[in-house]
Amino acid sequence: MIRNTFNLISENTTRILILLLALGFTACSNDDDDPEPVNEEEIITTVRVTLQAAGGTVTLQSQDLDGDGPNPPEVTVSGPLQANTTYTGSVQVLNETETPTENITEEVEEEAEEHQFFYGVSGSINQVTYTDQDANGNPIGLSFTLETGAAGAAGLTVTLRHEPKKPNDGTLTDAGGETDVAQSFTLAVQ
Amino acid sequence: MRYPLVSLILFILLGTSVYGQQCRMVLKGRVVDYHDQTPLAGAVLELLERGVYTTTDFDGTFQFEGLCPDVYELQVSHIECRPVTQVIDLQQDTEIKITLEHHIEALEEVTVLGEANPNEVRSGAEVVLDEETLSQYSSGSLGDALKEISGVSSINTGASIVKPVIQGLYGSRVLILKNEVRLQDMEWGEEHAPNVDLNSSDNVRVIKGSGALRYGGDAVGGVIVLENDRTLRRDSLWGNTMLSGLTNGRGGSISSELTRSWQSGLYARAQASFRRLGDTEAPDYVLSNTGNQQIGVTLEVGNSQFESGWSLFYSYYDATLGILRASHIGNIDDLIRSINNGTPEVVDPFTYTIAEPRQEVAHHLGKATYYKRFSGLGKWELQYDFQQNQRFEFDVNRTQSDAGRPSIDLTLTTHSLSTNLSIDRFQGFDLEVGLLGRYQDNFADPATGVRRLIPDYNRYEVGGYATAEWLVDEAWTADAGVRYDYSRTDAKKFYRTSRWEERGYDEDFADIIIEDLGTQLLTNPVLDFSNVSASAGVTWHPNSTWTAGLQVSRAERAPNPSELFSDGLHHSAARIELGDLRIEKETSYKGSLNLVYDRGGFRAEVTPYVQRLSGFILLEPTGTEFTIRGAFPVWSYRQTDASLAGVDVNLGNTWGAGFSSTHQFSLVKGRDLDLDTPLINVPAARTRNELVWEKQAWHDFQFGLESLYVFRQNEFPENIVVFSPEQGQDVELAINTPPPAYHLLNLHAGIGWPKLEKASVRITLHAQNVLNVSYRDYLDRLRYFADSPGRNLILNILFKY
Repeated sequence: MIRNTFNLISENTTRILILLLALGFTACSNDDDDPEPVNEEEIITTVRVTLQAAGGTVTLQSQDLDGDGPNPPEVTVSGPLQANTTYTGSVQVLNETETPTENITEEVEEEAEEHQFFYGVSGSINQVTYTDQDANGNPIGLSFTLETGAAGAAGLTVTLRHEPKKPNDGTLTDAGGETDVAQSFTLAVQ
Repeated sequence: MRYPLVSLILFILLGTSVYGQQCRMVLKGRVVDYHDQTPLAGAVLELLERGVYTTTDFDGTFQFEGLCPDVYELQVSHIECRPVTQVIDLQQDTEIKITLEHHIEALEEVTVLGEANPNEVRSGAEVVLDEETLSQYSSGSLGDALKEISGVSSINTGASIVKPVIQGLYGSRVLILKNEVRLQDMEWGEEHAPNVDLNSSDNVRVIKGSGALRYGGDAVGGVIVLENDRTLRRDSLWGNTMLSGLTNGRGGSISSELTRSWQSGLYARAQASFRRLGDTEAPDYVLSNTGNQQIGVTLEVGNSQFESGWSLFYSYYDATLGILRASHIGNIDDLIRSINNGTPEVVDPFTYTIAEPRQEVAHHLGKATYYKRFSGLGKWELQYDFQQNQRFEFDVNRTQSDAGRPSIDLTLTTHSLSTNLSIDRFQGFDLEVGLLGRYQDNFADPATGVRRLIPDYNRYEVGGYATAEWLVDEAWTADAGVRYDYSRTDAKKFYRTSRWEERGYDEDFADIIIEDLGTQLLTNPVLDFSNVSASAGVTWHPNSTWTAGLQVSRAERAPNPSELFSDGLHHSAARIELGDLRIEKETSYKGSLNLVYDRGGFRAEVTPYVQRLSGFILLEPTGTEFTIRGAFPVWSYRQTDASLAGVDVNLGNTWGAGFSSTHQFSLVKGRDLDLDTPLINVPAARTRNELVWEKQAWHDFQFGLESLYVFRQNEFPENIVVFSPEQGQDVELAINTPPPAYHLLNLHAGIGWPKLEKASVRITLHAQNVLNVSYRDYLDRLRYFADSPGRNLILNILFKY
């Protein structure tokens, strides 16, 4: 009786072991296939502000190709702004880890009611005025005008918020939502 | 059943014909214990329906004389033993050996463990939550129920994601076993709760410390064992249904269980539960997107004979858990704003909808067991279990086109084969030995379009253990155990080239790169760990009043995948989490004393402990990193030497006139010995006091008032200083500052009809946070964003049939 049970058990054990080994092997054979790399789709790598006036075009760019990797964004400013000038501004957001580059600006335009750019100014920049509107008549901030004052140092902070309160009083605090872009540029006004 | 019938027929047929034959036959023999073959003195033997008795001598022998040739039914009984009946066809002088199952408790092992004072048999502190206590938490979670035990607190992500903390330790340091299966459910992060439905278990045991080597050597914090009562061998059908309704969350739950058992030992059990809750509410606002839904099903069939048995068990658990909408933040400025404002950024009207961010988890568990008892040796068990855990995490997406696509999609599959032999042949000396083999596969689906937080890996484990318990004499018991585990983790992980270099892996791990994709590197880390764990203890129980236990243990734990591999932005937490490939195993030495005084309705238990951990792995805020979205706090895993010291106190008294009270206090202090600073995330001291009044004559009426006071944690690591792009300057981020102390009052009242025809009903009403106090807990990850839930009224109706 005991011997029979033992046989039965060892038979079952063997079966389970074979099953386990089989499973192990299938898993191992999967192993040889290396996992696919993931190229982030949700990521904004680049924000580019273009300021145009009669005297020429100034481009401000912040680019962070490693996304949430350790490298900080590379910030470049193509040149100084002219004093007492009104610039026509536009902003672009891109994902440059994809080929071809994904233009996220289009998505922002499509979902304009759920997005807004905010511009913070300091120093020799007087103000930024929105020149576009979403379907509800609230600003988006993809296009704007920027007015410089007297010569000196200036700062411009560009913030893109997802799902902000709209309309809002124009401050980030009132708008809430999540930050998709937040970059500061240091400029010279001549 | 067949034999008595046959013998009865034989009686009738033979009863007359044997008359007049020579009646000089002798039936003699010995009665011995099944397990250790020791003779049983004083066993009573009866030849049924003949009115002939005898008893065994001190050496277990007996003798009947002057018997006629016949078929007899011999019944043997002994104190503490189950009577056995044996049919004997007596044609000549016969000598037989009868084995009696002397350890009747072995049949209902769990019942014994479930009794009031399990500490009597173990040197470590062990506490049981029984069915009655658990039924109060039918609509809650395991973590909430465990907080009834002193020394157990929880680390939360809101009210629905609750991870137990035992004497200051949590996560991978606390093992959770459901029906003898160690749960493998990716609860690596603070925001991952154990995937168990409390309704599917009859009792929960908590073993503080690492004494339970059978369950694993890496239980640096402790072990939580969820079990079902063993079904008794009788023809029966019973079940229960629990209905709960909650005001906070405006929902409820239903749970039903049905068990059928047969005399033969066969049994079948089915259980199912469903819970649905909408947004919970803090006293001042709705905690938007904190609803949850949970489905649990368990099925079990088995045959439990004394000598052998088997069982097949399956359970399914599925939960959708909403995570506070306001906790999803964009960058460090959002976090600074949240901490400073003190109110959630998003408060929407109440809804049952569970939007993003949310978790969806599904857990399948299957188990097959077989056991056999060998006379004079012990019980041998073989178990195979299978688990599959699927986790989805949905974040608030930047665009609607991504709606419905998870940002984390992990499938963890585990196969385990284990065997255990309990040797009980030696009087007063129990020995257990066992072996374990495990294979695990984690798959992170790349279709998420988000870089994997946890990589694909295979993990192989083998382990073996031996534990012994020695009843030295009436008062002293000693126990000891040792366990060895080996594990190999074979991962395939992509690193960003920039991260790889920043971490310095290019110097230390250049040989594990298998492919260079330009901006990313595919690597193949293979990590081996060998762990040796051991424990020893003594218990002194001179009389029913005093019990003292001393336990020392050493435990080693291999780092878990998130500690090794975490790499990247945890979207829902708005923080960058960085694991470290260089992390080594963690070693703990713990000593604890357990003193119990129990006399005349007064019971006091004091459990002081000290623990020293070398290579303690912790996650802490370390700085900021800049991205296009702004700056993010970086949380890094670090190893350090640490110490924990604390005490759990439990007092209970029966005052008479139906009044009784319990008083608990627990305190733990943690130090980071390398930095000589307080340890992060150590639970604050707390005291829980409860007064209960019972009146049986009024339909088992019970009324209780409970007070929970949680002190402020005054020992915490320093806050970090971060650069705020919005403010254009460095600011202090109050990320470690604990919230103030709080005091909650809870009430409960219950009434029951225990002796209805074939059924019983009990109705209880619980009022939690009666005063609707606004508070935040130090160990709640959402404390930066919102208050904890306010008042909650829970109505439970339990039918047993």
